Parts: sequence; C-alpha cells; structure tokens
Amino acid sequence: MAIPIAYSLRNLRQRPASTLATAVGIALVVAILVGALALANGFQAAMIETGSPANVIVLRTGADSEISSAVSRDGANIIRALPEVAAGPDGRPLVSSEMVVLVNLRRLGQTGSSNVTLRGVDPESFALRNQVKVTSGHMFTPGTDEVIVGERMAKRFAGCGIGDKLRFNHHDFTVVGHFVAGGTGFESEIWGDNAVLMPAMDRQGAFQSVTFRMRDPNGFKGLKKRLEADPRLGVQVLTERGWYANQSALLATVIRVGGIFLTLIMAIGAIFGAMNTMYAAVGARTREIATLMVLGFSPGAVRWSFVMESVLLSLVGGVLGCILALPINAISTSTTNWSSFSEVAFAFRVTPIAMVVGLVFAVAMGFVGGLLPAFRAARQPLASGLRAI
Amino acid sequence: MKFASLVLANLGRNKVRTALTLLSVVVALFLFCTLRGVLDTLDSSIKVSSETRLVSRNAISLIFPLPLSYRDRIAAVPGVKSVGYANWFGGRNPNDPGDFYAQFAVDDENYLPIYASDVEYTRADRPQGSGAVPAGVDPKLAAFFEDRAGCVVGEKLMTDHKWKMGQTIHLAGTIFPGDWPFTIRAVYRAKNPAFGEQSMLFHWKYLNEKGMGGRGIVGWYVLELANPGQAGAITKTVDALFENSAASTHTETERAFQAGFVSMYGNVPFLIGLIGIAVVLSMLGVAANTMMMAIRERTGELAVLKTLGFSDGTVFGIVLAEALVLTGIGGTIGALLAKFVIEGSRFTAMGFLPPMTVRWETVLTGILIALLMGLVSGLVPALRASRLSVVDALRRVE
Repeated sequence: MAIPIAYSLRNLRQRPASTLATAVGIALVVAILVGALALANGFQAAMIETGSPANVIVLRTGADSEISSAVSRDGANIIRALPEVAAGPDGRPLVSSEMVVLVNLRRLGQTGSSNVTLRGVDPESFALRNQVKVTSGHMFTPGTDEVIVGERMAKRFAGCGIGDKLRFNHHDFTVVGHFVAGGTGFESEIWGDNAVLMPAMDRQGAFQSVTFRMRDPNGFKGLKKRLEADPRLGVQVLTERGWYANQSALLATVIRVGGIFLTLIMAIGAIFGAMNTMYAAVGARTREIATLMVLGFSPGAVRWSFVMESVLLSLVGGVLGCILALPINAISTSTTNWSSFSEVAFAFRVTPIAMVVGLVFAVAMGFVGGLLPAFRAARQPLASGLRAI
Repeated sequence: MKFASLVLANLGRNKVRTALTLLSVVVALFLFCTLRGVLDTLDSSIKVSSETRLVSRNAISLIFPLPLSYRDRIAAVPGVKSVGYANWFGGRNPNDPGDFYAQFAVDDENYLPIYASDVEYTRADRPQGSGAVPAGVDPKLAAFFEDRAGCVVGEKLMTDHKWKMGQTIHLAGTIFPGDWPFTIRAVYRAKNPAFGEQSMLFHWKYLNEKGMGGRGIVGWYVLELANPGQAGAITKTVDALFENSAASTHTETERAFQAGFVSMYGNVPFLIGLIGIAVVLSMLGVAANTMMMAIRERTGELAVLKTLGFSDGTVFGIVLAEALVLTGIGGTIGALLAKFVIEGSRFTAMGFLPPMTVRWETVLTGILIALLMGLVSGLVPALRASRLSVVDALRRVE
C-alpha cells in the first residue's frame, strides 16, 4: 500500500523556510524558461501573422530578404495581369508592388540608432492587409510626401511623432498618422505612397516585392511552378505567411535555443538545491521512516513517497514560476531581426503551452532531485533507524 | 589560522550536502559570468574598433550605396592618409541555407593595407607569376592578387567548413543573383581576438564586373587618418563635401560604426543583465537554505563549543566562515570555468556574436558576488549560532 500523499504534503509544511527557499529556486528557473519561450513565441507570432493566408508574395530568385530583392516594372505588370489574381471591391486587381528600404533612425530613450523598414505601398496594399488600421492622426494622402508610422516604432525612435518631419535623401516626409497592424511586423514599419517614395529614394528601377491575393488559394502550387519557371520574371513565389515564417525562423530559433540552454544549466543548479533539501528531510526523519517501515510500508512505498514530496515541492515552485512570468505578457520589446536587417517590435506572449512546458520541467526537476535521497531513505537499516537520536 | 581546520572539518561533516551546494554555486557563477561575458563581448567589439579609422556610409542607411567617384574626392581631404572601400556581398551556401558568414568585396589597393595590423596570414597559395602585390600589402597575398576570383578566408571559417587551399567554393548571391565561384588563396588569423575569423574577403573588381555591370557602386568607405585627433573635424568635412550631392554621406569613427551594430540588439543586453540577477538570487536562496539546515543540525555541537569557552563572536565567525568558504570556492571555480571554457571554445552563438570573451574583471566581480552571497546567506544562521543559549541547546536532544 502506498503512503498517502497527505503525508508528503504535510511534511512540506513542516519546514516552511526550507520549502520556500527551494521552491523559489525552482520558480526562478521555470520563470526564465517560460520567459524565453514567451519571447520566441511573441517574436514568431508577430512575424508569421504579418502574412495573410490567401496572399502571395513575389521576390527575386535567391533573395533572402525583401531589401535584397528586385522585381522589374515589366515583371510587376505581368503579375498584375495574371488570371489568378483576385479583384478588389472596385474591380481592380488586388496587387501591391512595393518598394522596401531601410532607413537609419536614432533611438528614443536609448543611445544608438537602428534600421527601420520604409515601405512604399500602392493603394491596394490596405485592402491586401486589412489588419492595418490608423489609430491616431490620419492616413497619408496619396501623391504627397505624407507617411504613417507604426505605433510601436513611433514610441521607440526619434522624429516619428505626428507632425514631425523625417528627412531622407534630401526629401522631407511628414508623419501624419500612427497605425497598428494586429501585432504583426507591419507595425514596425513606416508606410508612404510608392509613387512619391520611389523617385525620392532613387529606387525607380524596380520594386522589391509584389504581393497579391489569390482568387483560389488552392491553386497556389500550380501558380508557383508556373511563375518560377517563367524566364521573363526570374522570381521566387511564396505564400505571404510562408515568407514571414522564413524571415523569423533564425532569430526565433536563436532565442529558443539560447533560452533552453540557459534554463538547462540553471536547472542543474535548482536540482542540486532540491536534492539538498530532500537529503536534509531524509536525514531529519530517520526515525519516522523506520517507523513507517516497521508499520509495514515497503521500501518502494517509502521511495515513492519521497519522490512525491520532491515533485510536489517543485510543482509549487513551478506554479510560482509561472505566476512570476505572467506579468511580462504583452510587454513589448524590440530588437533587430538579422534576417531582414531591420528592427522588429513585438510583445512577449506567454501561452498556456509555455506554462505547461514550465510545469512539466519543474516536475522533471523535482523527480530527478528527489530520486537519490529517496533511495537513501529506503535503504536505511531499521534497527539503527529506530534507535536514532 | 587555527579555526581553519575546524571550518573545513565542519564542511566535511556532510560531504554530500557540501558538494551539492558547492556545485550549485559553481553553476550559478558559471552562468552569471557567461551572461556577463555576452555583454563584455559586445562591449569589447566596440572597444577594439579603431578611433583612427573612419567609416563613411550613405546617410539614409547602410543598404544604400555610394558612388565610386567619391573616392578621389575623399582622398583629397587633408588629413586623410588613405581611402579603401568595401561592399557587403551577402551570399549563401547553396547546399546549406543555414550556413551564414560575412563576405566582403574589398578594393585592391587600400583596404588590406588599412587593416594590415589587425590580421596575419597563416596560409597562402604560391603565386604562379611575379608575385607582385600593391604597396603595403603582405607579399603572402600574391596568389590572391593574381586570381580575379580569389578570396581570403578566416581561420575559423576554414576549419569549420573543412576547406582546402586552392579549393573553389560556390556561393549563391542574394543581392547579386547567380552562382559565384571563389577560389581560396589565403587564410588569415586575427591578431585582435575580437576581430573575428569568420569573414571572407574578395576582389571588388570581380563584384563590379560580374554583379554590377561595371557601374562602380560602393557599400562604404574606410578612411585612415594621419592624425587621430582630427577625427571629429574630418568627419564634418567629408559629410559637408557630399551634403548636396545625390548621395549624402554619414561619417563616423569605426568605433561608433561598430557601436551602431551593437545598439541594433536593442533591449537584449538589458534582458540578459536581468537574467544574470535572477541567477544570482537563486544561488542566494540555495546557499542560505543550506546554511540554515547545517546550523539547525548542529545546535548541540555549537552549544558544546560554547561550554568549552569559545566566545559568541568566535562562533559567529566560524559559521560565517563556513558560508564564505563554500561560496568563495564555488564562485571561483564557476567564474574560472566560464572564462576558460567559453573563451577557450571561442563560442559564437551560431555566428551571431564575435568570439566570446570573458574579462578578468567579470571573473573578479563574479567571485565577489559569490562571497557577498555567502555573507548574506550566512549572516542569519551565524547570528542564531552566536546567540544560542547553551542550556536550551544542550537540553534539546535532537
């Protein structure tokens, strides 16, 4: 018969200071694990959701970022005329040919500067990306040098307030509004009218990308094959979602790998802490254990009880860690996505899965930490145990 | 110190517990020093950058080019000793998209002499012909100069990819599309550890002919100054020269240029610092917990010590010393481990960082923090031990 769990629970309460100290140690490890996963999740979510499932993006063959791509005007016209392209509410094809460049802006509140994406868009761009909504100020007037700045960027970089002028290549651009885009990567960009931006930035020769909505998303594979084989174009075709997943893969992997590596090392320390506590517990309860075994509980039951105690202890730590990590949810931060060489702002995203992973990890730590002490507990000889002072 | 043997004997009382606590402290300090090492590495990548070299890029951002015609005008500015130029190539390994390293197209005459003091060439192909090289260039590069498509690669790049001298490697261009063959003609070793040995350099002329149709477009200019004190003035002069030209420039010291890259990491260094603090706090918890447990077990012995005549102060000192020895040794091992393992393996976090360094100051800081944590965690148990009432303690049998 197994020793009731109530025994383990009550033992945890016997030494509150010890229990708390070990639980806090484990909590910190779990908090960092959940934090790292939240960071990676937040970044990937921001990037992947940037792409709509029915949108297709066309870039030059071999380009690994929008800024190193080039699609000629002729190529863009060929794409615009494709039968697979859906029509917008006004009957015009839903295609946006865009210029994408990086501009270097000074940071606010931090020294240094960073590269921010400046995108020249067609009017269809807003229909293609209907998550984009202007939240303050107003939309830019096509044909003018007005631009709108993603809300997240406006807070982090100088000169992006409404009414401010940004100066690039001897041209002044007036910021007339801020926009959000459902937490996606577009919120980290500056948008303006293509027709004005391209000559202003000396980029008339070619667009960086062409994005369009498919009439029938099921026809994507066939369309991709056809376009990529077309010698007039020299392009690669991806779903918008696939493209942004691709752009976020590297950094997200680095964050996850780094976070897990860090957590594993911290876990070693936490496991040692748990072991310490459990050894002390076993050491202090020699007579109790002997009594239990005299009463008829098998050594296996004793082992199990101690492992349980350790697991419960770390579960407490795990829950504490998840609670510690929760407040970072929705805190926004930003860094450079080296795949696109531009700044991306995103928010931490603590998901239920991340927390479950954290709890499972805590249980694992408790299990490993409690194993050796549990074996020692069961191994002690009965007679000397009963005699122990 | 006659009490040293007592302290050590006490630590040896429960070897398992001492070992576990020691290991916890080692792990915590290892992590702390490694995390600080990341910040150190970013810092030192800035500090090793020169203040006598200036970098001039397009004022909009680094992705906009500058015309080749600027070269002569910049060279004519008084105080500028020589002007080199380079372009970022951005090629990918067609067989392994995850394989990333920097490739630069550099000019033949001035770029290599400007950086001559930072590198030395460990391996070089023999030249077929005269072996002539431009002035100021290491003669070992003769074969490189003979081969239009030749390249020079860093040691680490060479060993990681298992390349051989004279081997032709193929890169798929991203900015300049197509297949680009390069032949390895020399290997460099960085004399400056933060310089990095994961770059590849090749002839700008090759890029200009094959990728730019002879248009002559430069990524950035590197200026070597005769007198570093003039850096500020020359920066202004160069930028003023091109202020009203089609492409205006933004000139800064190489150090500021490098600092710009580091600042692109954004909040990441701050987050790393935060994690470092969390690590230290968790270690504090472990150490404190251990000391509490140790003292609780030993109340009887401590009471005996007092009856023998040891003063309260001495008992306080013995207990505190235990905590300090434990964290001190653990901290030293952890910090030194971080320094030698991380620096020794030249860890680069998948190419994201230059080879990591852990400064001695960080090691020292780590040890001091460990000692501080020992002090804090040992304080309360030491106080309790010193204030122990002998009568009560001896009465408690457990």
